[in-house]
Amino acid sequence: MSEFVFLYRGGEAGRSPERVQQSMQKWMAWFKELAQNGHVKDQGQPLERTGKLVRGKQKTVTDGPFAEAKDIVGGYTLIEARDLEQAVELSKGCPILEVEGGVEVRPVMKINM
Amino acid sequence: MIEPSDHLFRREAGRMVATLTRIFGVHNLALAEDVVQDAFCRALEVWKFRGVPENPSAWLMATAKNRALDILRRERTARTYAPELGRLLESEWTLAPVVEELFSPRTIQDDLLRMMFSCCHPRLPEEAQIALILHILCGFSVDEVAGAFVSSHTAMEKRISRGKKVLARSKRLFDIASSDEFADRLPAVQRTLYLLFNEGYHGASPETAIRAELCREAIRLATLLRDYPPSSTPATYALGALMCLGAARLPARVDASGDLRSLFDQDRSRWDEELIAEGRRLLDLSATGPELTEYHVEAAIAWVHTTAHGAEDTDWQMIISLYDKLMAIRPSPIVALNRAIAVAQRDGPLRGLEEIRAINNFDRLAGYPFYHAAVGEFELRSGRHEVACEHFRTALQLARNPMERKFLEQRVAACESGRTATTP
Repeated sequence: MSEFVFLYRGGEAGRSPERVQQSMQKWMAWFKELAQNGHVKDQGQPLERTGKLVRGKQKTVTDGPFAEAKDIVGGYTLIEARDLEQAVELSKGCPILEVEGGVEVRPVMKINM
Repeated sequence: MIEPSDHLFRREAGRMVATLTRIFGVHNLALAEDVVQDAFCRALEVWKFRGVPENPSAWLMATAKNRALDILRRERTARTYAPELGRLLESEWTLAPVVEELFSPRTIQDDLLRMMFSCCHPRLPEEAQIALILHILCGFSVDEVAGAFVSSHTAMEKRISRGKKVLARSKRLFDIASSDEFADRLPAVQRTLYLLFNEGYHGASPETAIRAELCREAIRLATLLRDYPPSSTPATYALGALMCLGAARLPARVDASGDLRSLFDQDRSRWDEELIAEGRRLLDLSATGPELTEYHVEAAIAWVHTTAHGAEDTDWQMIISLYDKLMAIRPSPIVALNRAIAVAQRDGPLRGLEEIRAINNFDRLAGYPFYHAAVGEFELRSGRHEVACEHFRTALQLARNPMERKFLEQRVAACESGRTATTP
């Protein structure tokens, strides 16, 4: 098994109460299924969409957001999968895809020593 | 992991908007709606990772409260807020305790009532009042309200935004503490809840789910009226009774194969006994004081139906005399049509047809499919299959949803098979 990080980008803008409800139920069902099949190493955390960016030798501090709203990472999950192909397959069930968001699937680097 | 209960967000939306509008002032309704939206987004983001908290309502309210405090501090000079609260929100000493108090659970019921009475503004047509109540207090999206009324999104959006403008211009929320104004506005509020219930019960919406939800919302709001002493009048009890007794029949209106069933041919064992008992209790409580309202009479009619096993042992005499009373209190072609149907049950289809022909303004029924269906039914029972068929065909053309269409197609088919059966 290898580890992957799912980064959730964009999605979830102003919607009606019932749509929020449905979205919530879909996310819970999706996480539940992933967990039941032993793919969730760490469900992860939501991230605030604002923050600070510190850069360079000057240590310049600038305000977030750092990217356009649709690209901002809103949370992450640590996933276990056989390979990248399977991880990508798992990400396709993510409800964020239904609201114009995206999932970035990144393999955690393996170090063979 | 706890799952959010059904319609949690919809239900909380009304409570949150009502409380926030009380603080921000009715002219800042849009700001209140933004805060609710923010709180929902936050809930969605946090809960999907960490699970639904033990008390989700309290979590949402606390989130809205903190956001409200932020706004009140940051935009203290840029905006004016509720005129009733005035200075209390300006000083840092009073701001937090006042907002805390306004978010306490015991003030929320009052906030909901204030909003309900505000939505029934006399400058708004009744259909706009219902739309506003559904949108603001029941958390229905514009699309969901449009679906309930079988109206287009654009038309409903216009109706709701016009309604909100009237609200905003009214400067302050309705003052429920002013007893004269309260008593004056109460009948309009009762009427709007009645119409909301009817929209669910008789409306054009095809989905049984939407119908049941509209009825449930109407019942919930009527309960709020009963829980507040100045509005717990006999008419309010009667309104609650007619809603419960009507809603009790909803499970039987559509049978197992998804077909619409008329009152005469419903499986009455599927009527909801708890609702019938609650309706009966409310009907008893409504029988105080001298006032006999249309709600009393309608509740009584619904009650008589619940005491019978079917059309055969229904006390039609009693029902006709109740419809006579209803015609005296609030005459309408629909009431007259229902009376004619009861007369046909008692005295036969020919008498029913006579009664129908005698309805004043019956042209107002011309677009109502069940007017033509009633005429068709009486003609069919009188053995005039071809005439009956014509009427059912007219009804079919007016059908408002697939279920009504299917029901009327079956009646047309019944006429046709009846005709071949009697043709030598």
